[in-house]
Amino acid sequence: MSSQESVAAVPLAVRANVERERRRAATRRRQLFYLALLGLALLAPLAIYPVFLMKLLCFALFACAFNLLLGYAGLLSFGHAAFFACGGYITGHMLSTYSGLSTELGILAGTLASTLLGLIFGLLAIRRQGIYFAMITLALAQMVFFVFVQAPFTGGENGLQGVPRGHLFGLIDMQNNLALYYVVLAVFVFGFAVIQRTIHSPYGQVLKAIRENEPRAVSLGYNVDAHKLLAFVISSALAGLAGATKTVVFQLASLTDAHWHMSGEVILMTLLGGVGTLLGPLVGATVVVTLQSSLSNGPLGEWVHVILGVIFVLCVLLFRSGIVGWLERLVKRNFK
Amino acid sequence: MTLVFGVPLSVLLGQLLLGLINGSFYALLSLGLAIIFGLLRIINFAHGAQYMLGAFAAFLGLNYLGVNYWAALLLSPLLIGLLGMAIERGLLRRIAGEDHLYGLLLTFGLALIVEGSFVKLFGVSGSSYPMPEALKGGYNLGFMFLPTYRAWVIVAALLVCFATWYMIERTRLGSYLRAGTENPKLMQAFGINVPLLVTLTYGYGVALAAFAGVLAAPIYAVTPGMGANLLIVVFAVVVIGGMGSIMGAIITGLAMGLIEGLTKVFYPEAANTVIFVIMVLVLLVRPAGLFGKEA
Repeated sequence: MSSQESVAAVPLAVRANVERERRRAATRRRQLFYLALLGLALLAPLAIYPVFLMKLLCFALFACAFNLLLGYAGLLSFGHAAFFACGGYITGHMLSTYSGLSTELGILAGTLASTLLGLIFGLLAIRRQGIYFAMITLALAQMVFFVFVQAPFTGGENGLQGVPRGHLFGLIDMQNNLALYYVVLAVFVFGFAVIQRTIHSPYGQVLKAIRENEPRAVSLGYNVDAHKLLAFVISSALAGLAGATKTVVFQLASLTDAHWHMSGEVILMTLLGGVGTLLGPLVGATVVVTLQSSLSNGPLGEWVHVILGVIFVLCVLLFRSGIVGWLERLVKRNFK
Repeated sequence: MTLVFGVPLSVLLGQLLLGLINGSFYALLSLGLAIIFGLLRIINFAHGAQYMLGAFAAFLGLNYLGVNYWAALLLSPLLIGLLGMAIERGLLRRIAGEDHLYGLLLTFGLALIVEGSFVKLFGVSGSSYPMPEALKGGYNLGFMFLPTYRAWVIVAALLVCFATWYMIERTRLGSYLRAGTENPKLMQAFGINVPLLVTLTYGYGVALAAFAGVLAAPIYAVTPGMGANLLIVVFAVVVIGGMGSIMGAIITGLAMGLIEGLTKVFYPEAANTVIFVIMVLVLLVRPAGLFGKEA
C-alpha cells in the first residue's frame, strides 16, 4: 500500500523518465544477448561439424519465416514447403545449367521465384480465413508438388543432384565448408534482421492488431488484405531464401522438400519453440533438427515421424506457449 | 467403334466409371469432414489416417480373425468410430475452448503417429485385399464392361451418403445436430446432452471414413499412406463445395471425381492437379465455395 502511494507522489515527468531508462536498459540487454549469440555462432564451427550447423541455420530461417506469418499475422499456412522447395529447385536449376554463375545470384533467383509463388498463393489464400486458409495453402502446395514431379527440369523422383556450389561473387570457392558456413550465417542474420525489423515496425503493429481482432482493424480503416498479403509474401520470400541456401549446402533439391511432411515439420519447429516469439523458431528448429539427426543413426530411426507426431500432440495439449514462451514467463515471474 | 471427341466410347465410359468411384470416396470423406466441422469447428486432419485404419482393420480382421468382407463392412467402421470417440473424449475435448487451429494441429499430430507406426509395422508397399466372391466378375453392357465390385462401391457409397443426409435433415436426432451446429449453449439449456452429441458426431464422421476405407480395400492396395494424399484432394473438394451443406458435400465430391476421370481421358498430364485448379477458379469467382454460406 505504502509503495503505491509513494509512486503516486512522484511527478509524472520523473516517472516517464524512469520508464524510458528501464526500456533503454532492456534494449541494451537484448542487444548484448544477440551479440553474444552471434559470437557463439561465429565460433560454433570450431566445435561442431559445419554442414550440420548450416542445415540448422537453413531450417531455423525457414521456421522464422513461417513464424512471421503464424505468430504475428495469425495465418496458419500448411503449404510453406512449396516455397522452400521452389527456392531450392530454381537455385539448383540455375547453378547446374549456367556453369560459372556466382552463388549469390543463384540464391537470388530461387528467392525471387518463391517470392512470386508466394504472391500468387497469397492472393488466392487470403480470400478465406482460419481453417480454410490452412486447407487452401495445403492444396496449392500439393499442386506445386505434382508440378515438381512432372516438370522437365526437376529430375522427377531423383531430384537435382550434384548441384555445383559455385563461387561467391565469382571469387570465393564455396566448396570450402567453413567459408560456406559464414555465408549461410550471413544469410540467416539477414533474414532474421528483416523479420525483426518487420515485427517492430508500425506495419508489424498493425499486423498484430489484425491477428487480435480483424473486424476492428477493418473498422479503423486498415487495408487488412494488403497487410496480410505483404506478410505472406515476405514470409514466402524468406522461406524460399532458406530453401535456396539449403540446396547450395547439400548440392541437392528433392521432392522431400516439397512434400507436405515438410510443411508439417516447420509448423512443429515453430510450435515447439514458441509461436509469436522471435527466438522460438530458432530454438524449435535446433531441437527438431538435432533430434532428427541423432535419431536417424540410432535404432529409433524409423520411428522419426511417430516421435514428431507425439511431440506435436504433447505441444498442443500441454505446451502451447512453446519453449521460449515458457522461458519468458519463467523470467517474468521470478525477476520482476 | 463409336468415337467421342476422338476417344473410343468404351474408354471414355471406363474412365467416367473410375471417376465416379473416386468421387464416391471424395463424397464419403468430405461428408464426414463437414459433419465434424459443423459441430466441433475443427478440421479433422486424422481423417485420412482413419480411412486407412478402416481398410487395415478389414485386412487384419480377415487374415487373423477370419472376419469376412460383409462383417468387416459393419465392424470396421464401428471399431474405428469407437476409437474416434475415445480420441474426442480424451484429447479433442481438452482443447475445445482454444483456437480452432489447435484442433487441426492436434489431429495432424495424431495422423503422423498412426501413419508412422503403420509404415514401421507393415512397410510402405502394403498388401492386397481379396475381392469378396459374390462381387467378382461383371456385366457386359454391350458398350462397356461393368465390374460388379465397382458398381457395388458406387451404390453402397451413395446409399450411405443419402442415408446420412436423410438422418441429418429429416430426423429428430438430425435436428438436434443442426441446432447444436447453430447454437450449442442454447441446446444445452434445453436439456440436450451436447457433449454426448459432440462425441457421437465425431465418432460417426470417423466411422464414415473407415467405411470408405473398407470399400476401398479390394480396389486399391491397403497401404499406410493410402489416406494421406487422398485427404489433401478431399480438402480441395471441401474448399470447392464449402462446408455449409451436407448435400453440397456429396454433390461436389461426385462431380470432382467425374471431372478428374474426364481429365484422365483428354489431358492425362493434368489429372493429378485438375481438382486443385478448379479450387483456384472457385476461389477467384466465389470464395465462399459453391454451396458455402459464410460471406
